[in-house]
Amino acid sequence: MSARTTHPAILRITHWVGAAAMITMILSGWAIYDASPLLPFIIPPGLTLGGWLGAGIAWHISAMWVLMADGLVYLAWGFVSRHFARAFLPITLGAVLHDLAGALTFRLAHDSDRYNAVQRLLYLLVVAAGVLLVLTGLSIWKPVQFGTLTWCFGGYDIARRMHFALMCCVVAFLLIHVTLVALVPKTLRAMVLGSARP
Amino acid sequence: MIRLADHRTQLRRLERRHFLRRGLSLGALTMLTGCDLSTHDGFFDRILWAMLRFDDRVQAALFNPHRLAATFRPDQITRPFKFNAYYPISQVKPPPSDWRLEVDGLITDNTPWTLDRLRGLPQEAQITRHICVEGWSQIGQWSGVPLKIFLQHIGADLRARYVAFDCFDDYASSIDMASALHPQTILALDFEQSPLSPPWGAPVRLRIPTKLGFKNPKYISTITVTNDYTGGYWEDQGYDWFSGS
Repeated sequence: MSARTTHPAILRITHWVGAAAMITMILSGWAIYDASPLLPFIIPPGLTLGGWLGAGIAWHISAMWVLMADGLVYLAWGFVSRHFARAFLPITLGAVLHDLAGALTFRLAHDSDRYNAVQRLLYLLVVAAGVLLVLTGLSIWKPVQFGTLTWCFGGYDIARRMHFALMCCVVAFLLIHVTLVALVPKTLRAMVLGSARP
Repeated sequence: MIRLADHRTQLRRLERRHFLRRGLSLGALTMLTGCDLSTHDGFFDRILWAMLRFDDRVQAALFNPHRLAATFRPDQITRPFKFNAYYPISQVKPPPSDWRLEVDGLITDNTPWTLDRLRGLPQEAQITRHICVEGWSQIGQWSGVPLKIFLQHIGADLRARYVAFDCFDDYASSIDMASALHPQTILALDFEQSPLSPPWGAPVRLRIPTKLGFKNPKYISTITVTNDYTGGYWEDQGYDWFSGS
């Protein structure tokens, strides 16, 4: 790894494969949601993937294999290479509040070599949300075969609501994440080519 | 005189509308190009149909014949229980006056069954969660003949791959033999301790809590034991065939 590399290749590949799989899961999940909405509105069918329940499910249970495989590679690499420990830790409440105040007043400079405390918190949360999305998803897909898992989440109905709420969290993350990338475009270069600087 | 300044907001609004419509038709485009299971030769549709078959195999491998669906107490039963079919409740038909349960395929005894004869077989009761493919669920109470006992009585080849159901409301479905032999899979005759009434599938329906609701056909007229895949009403349109819980 050259000294200039911000993101190693495995991180960039799992990031983009995971992003594509997650977006596919969200859009097809919306088609499934529309068949029996939990809230008093539906997602416009034009925004969903598949357009109807059967196709939404087909996309959902196709992309889930990609998301799970990608997630497992990312998590295994993150732990074994100590990437998680180096990039995300330590994370303290004081640092988060300090950096959050800086970010909201546009006084937090972006450091390409080191995540600030707000980034650490958001990335940790979205990874946790992704893991919980897969687990709640498995428990509503197989509430009999994975009955213990479903029971851990409080049963089928609660697991289903958690699955929906976690999707909302990931969508919120995506909005913040994409906005921040638009504000600091060199981060996009780093995630595509590996380095923020040419 | 027409001044541009007077119409700028209006123009901007039109532009925005045009942009939105193009965005929406992009969504419509994805439907036209076959990524919604409407075709069998579109690029994405071929992948999706193949993935559905793959998921069926995974689900069959995950199926544990000894694992039971959770059961509930009588006070947990959902009331009122929601009617569901591919048509509204107003179109429910009572059973034909000459109704008999026909049996066909890889079996040794083709004699049709009357309701009385079915009631003469051992009965099993259950309070289980019925989960719809749409996501909603409700807890109900059914009792009837375990399908395994029924299949043994008609001399079915229990090594056959499928048990198929045809219904007098033109519905159809089929299940794998392993799920058919599961102890909680019953030919239900009663709902909430009374004989099935027309909305709940009179006179006989399948109750299989290890599969999604649409795999629980009502109004059964013929049961066929077969090695040939017969799909079903929803399965042919793209709901995944195994749909195990």
